[in-house]
Amino acid sequence: MRSATGQQLHATSTEWPPIAALSTCMDQQTDNVIEIRDLDYSRGQRQIFKGLNIDIPRGKVTAVMGPSGTGKTTLLRLITRQIRPHRGTIKINGIDIAMLSQKEMFRMRRRFGMLFQNGALLTDFSVFENVAFPLREHTRLPNRLVRHIVLTKLHAVGLRGAADMMPSELSGGMARRVALARAMVMDPEILIYDEPFVGLDPISMGVIVRLVRKMNDALGISSILVSHDVQEIATVSDQSFLISDGKVAASGSPDELSETPSDLVRQFMHGMADGPVAFHFSAPDYAEQLLGRDSE
Amino acid sequence: MQQTRSVELGAGLFVLFGFAALFFLTTQTTGSDGFSGDDVFEVTARFENVGSLKNRAPVAMSGVTIGRVRSVAFDPENLDAVVVFEIDSQYGQIPDDSDASILTAGLLGSQYIGIQAGGSDFYLENGSEIEFTQSALVIENLISKYLFNSGSDSE
Amino acid sequence: MFRDIFYTIIGFLRTLGAFQLFSLRILANSPSIFVRRFSLVVKQVFNAGAMSLVIIMVSAFFVGGVLGLQGYSNLSKFNAEDSVGAFAAFSLLKELGPVITALLFAGRAGTALSSEIGLMKATDQLSAMEMMATDPLRRVLVPRFLGGVISMPLLVAIFNVIGLFGAHVVAVGLLGVDTGAFWQQMQATLTLPDVYEGILKSVVFGFVASLLAVWEGYNAVPTAEGVGKATTRTVVITAIAVLILDFMITAAML
Repeated sequence: MRSATGQQLHATSTEWPPIAALSTCMDQQTDNVIEIRDLDYSRGQRQIFKGLNIDIPRGKVTAVMGPSGTGKTTLLRLITRQIRPHRGTIKINGIDIAMLSQKEMFRMRRRFGMLFQNGALLTDFSVFENVAFPLREHTRLPNRLVRHIVLTKLHAVGLRGAADMMPSELSGGMARRVALARAMVMDPEILIYDEPFVGLDPISMGVIVRLVRKMNDALGISSILVSHDVQEIATVSDQSFLISDGKVAASGSPDELSETPSDLVRQFMHGMADGPVAFHFSAPDYAEQLLGRDSE
Repeated sequence: MQQTRSVELGAGLFVLFGFAALFFLTTQTTGSDGFSGDDVFEVTARFENVGSLKNRAPVAMSGVTIGRVRSVAFDPENLDAVVVFEIDSQYGQIPDDSDASILTAGLLGSQYIGIQAGGSDFYLENGSEIEFTQSALVIENLISKYLFNSGSDSE
Repeated sequence: MFRDIFYTIIGFLRTLGAFQLFSLRILANSPSIFVRRFSLVVKQVFNAGAMSLVIIMVSAFFVGGVLGLQGYSNLSKFNAEDSVGAFAAFSLLKELGPVITALLFAGRAGTALSSEIGLMKATDQLSAMEMMATDPLRRVLVPRFLGGVISMPLLVAIFNVIGLFGAHVVAVGLLGVDTGAFWQQMQATLTLPDVYEGILKSVVFGFVASLLAVWEGYNAVPTAEGVGKATTRTVVITAIAVLILDFMITAAML
């Protein structure tokens, strides 16, 4: 049953070669789908990245981890050029995205599928129309074919039966699965997951973990996972980057990471309350503040 | 699908209703004064004093608007005011010895040109000039005349 | 202190510039959306126009009724109560119709637009569209803007007609003004340029109110609080802009 679904997905993607497949012929095939070099980005006074270097390998599940507030979501926005870096380059398939025009960037984005934290389903469309949205916007496929593709994708995430429901009727896990179907519908080359495990019950979490792996292997796409759920990442990812202080603090397979001798990595991987990332937010001396000496 | 259709129907009805309202406003709230301004002929008249006669002021005969003032200008040679006005060509049979006077609608209303029919067998036509004219009554002149007269009476 | 003033001025200029660029982008994209994605526009005409009909019609009826009462009681001091039709028509068509409709529109449709767009932003729907290579400005904002622009003049016209009806009901039905005199006086005083002035105002207000509503929604801080604030600001800014523009247009048309 499981493999049948995978094959079915495969079948549709070869039956109907989308933009992604056609346009890859034009690029040089590099080992890494995304290469980030010397990236600097700051928001206001706060520097979020300084000299960040990351390579995302093709066809693998790569996780980007880090404590809250390290700018993981910012990184995704940089990769898709919703915002621009202050310094450094981001190359996708060897193409520097800073060089692309707005139109070319929109075309580039069609190779991405992105799963937002809460699914970001369009509230005034049904589940079916949500998944069909990219097809209706970018292709002129006949209704029957659209229906076929959408139902296939919904079937792959196990929600074919929910096609006529509205997003407000879905649970958090279901909404995320619908969003995954929508992200898959244009058969992207790169799938980006922004915090896919946040706020899910263990069952839904297990479903998403399995889907991430399945999508990646069945369709030969490259997946980028931004998360801080260490357990889930350990089971699903091939390679992880741990970001801290605007740089990559450690990288490697999940096993390698947990054996890294760095204090920070150990604190993060094992969820310790105090360490290099201090438990206390920076504050004046406790005793002095209690005695009220700094009140003026 | 059902929902889309009712939305379209609602929007269509709304637009229809709106345009009907617009049509009503433009046609029913403004009155046409029986003067279209399409088919006209031009007549000039000279006045010693036009008072506050303005462009587009009505030209009336027996109280019915038959035309509009086109221009009011001062003639430096004859030292009087030249008023050009247009009259609807359906009123083509106005005797050419008719006289034009500048009248005031109401006590303090706006000024218009009133035409009194003469007895000639020839009619006004494009470019003709009305020779008998009566200037506007300027209220200050009236008052001073009255004061002057009453002053001399009492003496 | 001077630093603060300096930064306030710079911030204001930046907002103004950004708003101009935004307006240009909206306007530049409007024709193609109108032609190619007409069904999206139709839906927004329904949301902005047809959904505002009830509030517009009820308000218009009572505004017209008040004009009938006020006009009658004041004009009868000069024995001119027959002019109540002209009075009501003048007030409605030139001033009250466009202005009150624009204010009601800001309250009903404007707030709905900015909170809807703000909420779409807060729940990442706009980012998601961008990721699906669909420009949310074209797909979400422009149809809503066009819906408002199309609806406003029609709403104003409906407001005026219902307002006249209200004035007629009060003046003729309740106070005994002669129907003939009511309409006669109106038609004798009102000219086409007066009607056109009202239409011009309604078109201008339609542009401004719709543009401000989508702008505020699009630039809302993407949180529940931010969306609430943006909604409030839509009403305040639209009201101020409409009243200032009303003064300017009236002065220019004199």
